[in-house]
Amino acid sequence: MTISDQEIKEMEKRAKQLREDIIDITYWAGGAHIGGALSMVEILVTLYDKHLAIDPGNPDWEDRDRVVLSKGHAGVGYVPLLARKGYFDFDLLKDFNKFKSPFGMHPDSLKVKGVDVSTGSLGHGLSMAVGLALGARYKKKSWYTYCVLGDGECNEGSIWEAAMAASHFKLTNLITFVDRNKYSVDGPTEDVMGIEPFSDKWNAFGFIVKEVDGHSFPALSDAIEAAKNETSGPVVIIADTLKGKGVDFMEDDVKWHYGGLDSDVLVEAKASLNK
Amino acid sequence: MAEGLTWNVYDANTMTQADIYGEVLCALGEKNPDIVGLSADLAKSTKIGKFAERFPERFFNAGVAEQNMFGMAAGLAKAGLIPFVSTMAVFTTMRAAEQVRTDICYQQLNVKIIATHSGISFGQAGTTHHCTEDLGIMRSLANMTIIAPSDGIETANAVRESVDYPGPVYIRIGRGFEPNCNDSDDYGFQIGRAVEMHPGTDITLICCGITVLQAVEAAKHLKENDGLSVRVVNMHTIKPLDREAVLSAIQDTRRIITFEEHNVLGGLGTAVAEVVAASGKACAFEQVGIPDCYCLVGYPEDLYHHYQLNMDGMVQKVREVMGRDFEDDEDWEDEV
Repeated sequence: MTISDQEIKEMEKRAKQLREDIIDITYWAGGAHIGGALSMVEILVTLYDKHLAIDPGNPDWEDRDRVVLSKGHAGVGYVPLLARKGYFDFDLLKDFNKFKSPFGMHPDSLKVKGVDVSTGSLGHGLSMAVGLALGARYKKKSWYTYCVLGDGECNEGSIWEAAMAASHFKLTNLITFVDRNKYSVDGPTEDVMGIEPFSDKWNAFGFIVKEVDGHSFPALSDAIEAAKNETSGPVVIIADTLKGKGVDFMEDDVKWHYGGLDSDVLVEAKASLNK
Repeated sequence: MAEGLTWNVYDANTMTQADIYGEVLCALGEKNPDIVGLSADLAKSTKIGKFAERFPERFFNAGVAEQNMFGMAAGLAKAGLIPFVSTMAVFTTMRAAEQVRTDICYQQLNVKIIATHSGISFGQAGTTHHCTEDLGIMRSLANMTIIAPSDGIETANAVRESVDYPGPVYIRIGRGFEPNCNDSDDYGFQIGRAVEMHPGTDITLICCGITVLQAVEAAKHLKENDGLSVRVVNMHTIKPLDREAVLSAIQDTRRIITFEEHNVLGGLGTAVAEVVAASGKACAFEQVGIPDCYCLVGYPEDLYHHYQLNMDGMVQKVREVMGRDFEDDEDWEDEV
């Protein structure tokens, strides 16, 4: 399923919109995990615009594809996308993080339409995705489960327990992404607790590894397509990304793992998107 | 015996709680294709292996990886299935505590956990395999239902009832060949509703798990030898607790002792104490269990004796509490 230039233009527009939304919500909320939300934008836009079988008007549709945002702290980059897709009114996000809001920092599947699984505690998502994929297979359903991991998250032992299970059960209906933005909270992943050689690790755990430019729509889309055609085992797409992507002063700076914006920085951040 | 089960009371007397669980789960699986099973390399010892043999296409062995297993169970439940998950209680409630809380309870998922080797039922294995904290840990998880069946027959009832009971359910069972205290499974078992096993007006013993049978024996002994009228309440469901049964015990007997195969902190005794305290009524009260320490090593029967969780210990405890100066208060009926 190659994508046309026209489609790429459309996706670029939606990616820019999502980045604007992330900046706005971070401003409204008084702070959010903005760096890791900005880095995964192209991954989510490629999935939601091009590949997922979903029906926002019928969020519980049994045969929909499932998405597990295992890096749940990046919820600020996920819920606005769901709003723009029509799951709920975008204006509700003005209450993000606020008293009684359905939108906390980490997405809650019981409160937010379109969120298949509640996440936020790192290292949990891939196991639940494995369970979903096993369930689909047992029920003879053709839907896919997509899981988006953070790279720092891969320090968690439970990720590798789940990886072992995914390849043991040969889950070709599970497609995993790692948003390899190369930072966790305390600094560069390789300084905090190194995960390299990363692709060798996944390989050793029985995954077919695809390393792609995580900000390229055609590269991501081709990798997803290839993953769907894979019959020998589960695929992980390691998406090489830039933390804070799109806002020049946030890029590749761990300071913006989590941050708040005042009105001046808000203007500056938005201006940066238009450069 | 309930529909779909081939075993009878004779079988129940020769089978462990876990054996019976395995049989019942197979029978349930025949009727309900949505039931799936998981274990973490303990399919054989937890007896969910019976289900695995019968339904290999819907049994998933996670290997020695409990955190992943409970996460997988959450995913399977999200796919519309009813996972039954079995491993030892200690690994369920501590190694995988966060998955049980965050993946399963927080999302109110229909996962049924049958945790074996609970309490000190694997006493000889030592502290690493004892589990005297699970009731306390599970009680503090919102949405969780907790059952400690008194015997194999009640285990069968609890497992059957859990299928249609919404949300996560934690059923803790033992390991050995504990004798039955119920004659049949037809006694109106209901999650959250205690069962009076022996009538009494002088003192109430509130029990769960293996202590129920011991308490019934103790009540008979005390009637015969001391002329005491000892009520025995089988509080098989720790959460939601049958508050009415506790309030009746306070009202009718004014003396309560709880017995449980658990640390005295956090479990059945604590749950009952909360009701006693809130009742505003004076009530002699004692909790018997593992006294906030790591249990000694030994075979369960020796440990039950040591910690006064067997008939002899209970008889002694009742005599102690009955011998205390606990005067009737004339105005008691007027208290809040």
